[in-house]
Amino acid sequence: MSSRSKSIVVIGVLLAVGLIAPHTNAFGVLLITRAMVLAVLAMSLDLLLGFTGLPSLGQAAYLGIGAYLTAILATKYSFGLGWSFWLVVVLGTSIGAATAAIFGLLAIRATGVYFLMITLALGQCVWGLAYRWNSVTGGDNGINLPGRPEFGIRLADDVTYFYVVFCFFVASLAMLYVLVQSPFGRSLEGIREREVRMRILGYNTWLHKYIAFIIAGAFGGLAGVLWAHANGHVSPEDLVLTTSVDALLMVVLGGSGTLMGGAIGAGVVVFLREYLSTLVPWWQYALGGVYILVILYLPGGLMSIPVRIRQWRTGGRLPMRKPLRWRRI
Amino acid sequence: MTSKSPRRTGLMLTGGFLAFAVSPTMTTGAAAQELIVGFIAPMTGPFAQVGKDMVNGFEMYAGQVKGDFAGAKIKFILEDDQARPPTAVLKAEKLIRQDKVHLVVGGVLASEGYALAPISTREKVVYIPSVPASDDLTQRDAAKYPYVVRTGWSSSQPTHPFGEWACEQGYKRIVAIAADYAFGYESVGGFQKTFEECGGKIIQKIWPPLNAIDFGPYIPTIKQDADAIFTLMVGPMSLQFPKQLAAAGNKKPVIGGGTSYDEFTLPSMGAEVIGHVSALQYSAALDTPKNAAFVKAYRAKYGKVPSYFSETNYTTAQMIHEVMKQTRGKWPGADEFVKLLASVKVDAVRGPVSLDDMRNPVQNIYIKKVEKKKMFGYDKEELWNTVIKTYPNVSQFWKYDKETFLSQPVYSRDFPPCKFCE
Repeated sequence: MSSRSKSIVVIGVLLAVGLIAPHTNAFGVLLITRAMVLAVLAMSLDLLLGFTGLPSLGQAAYLGIGAYLTAILATKYSFGLGWSFWLVVVLGTSIGAATAAIFGLLAIRATGVYFLMITLALGQCVWGLAYRWNSVTGGDNGINLPGRPEFGIRLADDVTYFYVVFCFFVASLAMLYVLVQSPFGRSLEGIREREVRMRILGYNTWLHKYIAFIIAGAFGGLAGVLWAHANGHVSPEDLVLTTSVDALLMVVLGGSGTLMGGAIGAGVVVFLREYLSTLVPWWQYALGGVYILVILYLPGGLMSIPVRIRQWRTGGRLPMRKPLRWRRI
Repeated sequence: MTSKSPRRTGLMLTGGFLAFAVSPTMTTGAAAQELIVGFIAPMTGPFAQVGKDMVNGFEMYAGQVKGDFAGAKIKFILEDDQARPPTAVLKAEKLIRQDKVHLVVGGVLASEGYALAPISTREKVVYIPSVPASDDLTQRDAAKYPYVVRTGWSSSQPTHPFGEWACEQGYKRIVAIAADYAFGYESVGGFQKTFEECGGKIIQKIWPPLNAIDFGPYIPTIKQDADAIFTLMVGPMSLQFPKQLAAAGNKKPVIGGGTSYDEFTLPSMGAEVIGHVSALQYSAALDTPKNAAFVKAYRAKYGKVPSYFSETNYTTAQMIHEVMKQTRGKWPGADEFVKLLASVKVDAVRGPVSLDDMRNPVQNIYIKKVEKKKMFGYDKEELWNTVIKTYPNVSQFWKYDKETFLSQPVYSRDFPPCKFCE
């Protein structure tokens, strides 16, 4: 498919979401906002998993750090409740990046399952800090935020806040898209496919991976800032292992290496978990069923459905696509 | 690939979001004679048992009055929070925004109470923490949460008298081992305060994380020269800890918070817990005609003995009913409802319950001992929490002056400081 028609579809979908979301009920807006925040987190992970081939199980750590920074600044210093919100966004993004810069030094040396384990351990460290460092994080009680920022426009209004998150989401998508299309992004894909070859070609693969790791951390931190204000409450439960696993599953569900896949995955997971669970008691089976079916029959994720349909229509072979990376992990 | 296929993806996506948009349209305004209760309880996860007991309790009362609260038809909407604060927050938002509930009832963990209370203030909706015992909801933060009325208890309420009781038993040196979260700190804190004031010493505090099931790393560190062990376990922890403690050869007396011996865990427990003593505002073995009738009816309906989680929600429903009687089934508005509920006095299953001026119950605290015996005419020997002493009309401030008590910080991992820790 041409990248132009692809972009048109994506823009169309985004416009549709932006127009439809405010017309759902008050709870629907909240859910879509949450899905968008998680979509930013999932896309940040996709940069690692889908484009660089690094399966991180600690992405929730950056979300947590961003969220706790926002909450602590807001409650202890009343900072970030006016125009300074934008400064908090910058700070949250930077602290995500800074943490990733430290964690990256430890994690990047490993690959595959070992990378998975190290990121998991680092993620748990951050969780432990949130849970145990009572004087700063409030421990298990978490932190209640005093309210959303107000600077001329009131973010306390859910629709307004939705549009703010929506803009951040679109901006993140655009930035990450530009990034993966750039020569840097291409070399990341090269590393994913065959790191040794890239090294022989003279690329500093460690540095490439390290930078990708930091960028992913930055977007994770951004998601954290948005997350704190979306919920009005930050808790160690926000950065438990489950959140990291969720992010990973969102990417796999939507299709790794596609960016939009992570966003779609986030939408599906939030819909099934938070909305279906209010309707039926068997939502967990639905969620589990979707995971299993996608992994069994759509290893390329939901984004590969069009290709699958085409294949089924023509009865022919799959057009040459990238191999199904997930198997390599 | 042609350009056809992505368009199809786009259509599907839009379709998905449309489903999102269209389905939640069943929002309805409340009918005049309808009382919509949003109930938050864990239906999945480690606290699912607790959640079932909570729902059973409330539903049993509603069933007994045939869903008719003095003319108001009760509409009960249950949401599963998995005992996780962020989920509880989201579910409360759903109940308030989409279902337009009059009351939000429930939550389990102390941390959930702290997370849900600000929503009640923000949305001006009554929140009744029937289970979350977080002290500050009705103490230092009570002014911040004008729409919170507690029908359950505060964490340190039973452990204040329990500390004195421990002194009376002649215990001098006690090791505390408790779940590492607000409820644990506050329960231990209350116990430590009164126990040390009458001459006892807490010589060690151990904090295993909430939901720990392997106590192997903690049990061997318990000081051997202690007179007794104070435990505070919640949910599945309460089943594992006594077993592992007994397996480690413990001979010391074990005392603890009431949730360590909830009635729904007793049937799965063995001889290892016999003789353990705990304190709470309810015991299923409470020997009053009212409780006997409650236990029998509950057991006939749900096939198990009610725990305090059942009783507290049964009583919550009863108290809501009392308010509705005064308004003749009309919803009086959140502010008025809070006022009325705060002045309700009921003769509850657990004993007389009234609320103090910070909207926390004043009620009996029972010291109870796990015994194997027959009760209420059941022909099998079972484990029961036999009441061995009653402290009547205990307030959350115990014998202290309210102002003095509130001027100290909330009980935490570091308060009261562990002066005698070795």
